Amino acid sequence: MAKTLVLIEHDRQEVKRPSLHAITLARQFDGEYGLLVLGHRLDEIVKSLVCFGASVTMVADDPALAEPLADRYATVIADAARKFGATILLATSSTFSKDILPRAAALLDAPMVTDVLAIERKDDSIVYRRPVSAGSMVTTVTVDSDRCVLTARATAFEPPEANAAACPIERFAVAASSLPNGMQFISREERASERPDLTEARVVVSGGRPLKNKETFDRLVGGLADVLGGAVGATRAAVDAGMVPNDYQIGQTGKIVAPQLYIGIGISGAIQHLAGIKDSRIIVAINKDPDAPIFKMATYGLVGDLHQIVPQLIETLHKS
Amino acid sequence: MKILVAFKRVPDPNDDAPVGGGALVSTAKSVINPFDQIAIEEALRIRERGEATEIVGATVGAPSVDEQARAALAMGVDRAIRIDDSRALDPYAVARILRALIAKEAPDVVIMGKQAVDDDSNQVGQMLAGLLAWPQATFVSKIEFLNDRKRVRCTRETDAGLEVVETTLPCIITTDLRLNEPRYVSLPGLIRARRKPIEILTCDQLGMTVRPLTTVLSTARPPKRAAGTRLQSVEELIVKLKQEAKVL
Repeated sequence: MAKTLVLIEHDRQEVKRPSLHAITLARQFDGEYGLLVLGHRLDEIVKSLVCFGASVTMVADDPALAEPLADRYATVIADAARKFGATILLATSSTFSKDILPRAAALLDAPMVTDVLAIERKDDSIVYRRPVSAGSMVTTVTVDSDRCVLTARATAFEPPEANAAACPIERFAVAASSLPNGMQFISREERASERPDLTEARVVVSGGRPLKNKETFDRLVGGLADVLGGAVGATRAAVDAGMVPNDYQIGQTGKIVAPQLYIGIGISGAIQHLAGIKDSRIIVAINKDPDAPIFKMATYGLVGDLHQIVPQLIETLHKS
Repeated sequence: MKILVAFKRVPDPNDDAPVGGGALVSTAKSVINPFDQIAIEEALRIRERGEATEIVGATVGAPSVDEQARAALAMGVDRAIRIDDSRALDPYAVARILRALIAKEAPDVVIMGKQAVDDDSNQVGQMLAGLLAWPQATFVSKIEFLNDRKRVRCTRETDAGLEVVETTLPCIITTDLRLNEPRYVSLPGLIRARRKPIEILTCDQLGMTVRPLTTVLSTARPPKRAAGTRLQSVEELIVKLKQEAKVL
């Protein structure tokens, strides 16, 4: 029987919703699953976690855990996994989990499988499906170990329902003085945005290099996103050119999105970017090059000058 | 200060990986993993600023990987080490091998790419840091040494934006795309590289055995998204989005 421990991510105010999708994967294993959350002043966050059908919510709440520093977080997570008797340690893929879980895997002497898309049962063992080479290939992987660590692609698993009876909360003490002390948090760029989170938005409007500068990007990509109530994304080229910050980047090394509607403006469709959007329900491509690779996977394609098409689109949508 | 850069041989991501009958046929030319090229470039810049005295390149793989070891030497790495192992290793196995090598080499800083673009696992640096109980800075886009190189300040690219952390040394740093743009190999660099040593070691010589704990059973192309409809006007697009796709 599996015993799965799901690490939950939060932004110090509330749980990051995609991090809950890992619970849906946890439910696919035979056996119980627990939730684990680390941080400081977690009462509100813990309250929001008790109805997901877990056998327990484990909480490490300590000033020493106020910032997610990998060395101490991995130590506490590995301890929690041992305490719980976890055979599987799991979280949704994000820069948070990818930073910390491989380190926890090493502390647990366990192998790890990144970005799980699905599991299958084969004889007595479990086979994991995961993307490689920017999603151009999918591999099936087996694990030969009593304990393993996984991250799950949020877009491959539905959000779980929170309709179970409240589970017990187990607070465990952290020996702050014995935690690793080689890392220090200095600062985080705080940027307030009225727009929805890129990985959770129903609509994503994304822009590429031809937008040329920040002003045009904001006016056209941002303007269309706002009239649709959507989030803004970008290609690597647009981020490199300084049009938008790094966390707008979609693709192999950025964020993976799967909205109801994705609109790509001036995006030709490098494989690394397409890897991050291909599970969107509807893909619209607006590009002046009729041979742009993105048209090969777009639901709807419009060939033409984005400087004419996008303002017209914004205006028409505004009127309706 | 001594820097160890770890690098992996990968198929050139700019070539289309050809596929026959569901199996991956690798005819693409091979390169140093682009993220590891960034790691090598950063080590060279640190040395050029006078902050490092030696750069050791390390890789794990079959004799064919010497091609990339030679390329790292041509970029400017002082010497290269290849741990000879022709098996299909997983990230945890590679991390354990590198730990044994690091015990022997005792670098002050280890820099490597945040992920290999063929496997996309994003694990080795963090696992290595865990095994060594060293601090780590992952997905880094800026590196600055402080306090006479007793500390390093790193800017990290995270889902929420940029984050700054400081660590003590020794430490593990994994590189993100925007850290730098790797240089092209020069002709004199290539000529110098021929005279630089590539040391071949085995796990035996490092006094360790390692067995991969994950196995790739098969690799296949995912189902392709079918191309849709070319439209002629904004009006037509809005009608389609409303009536056919029902997303507006």
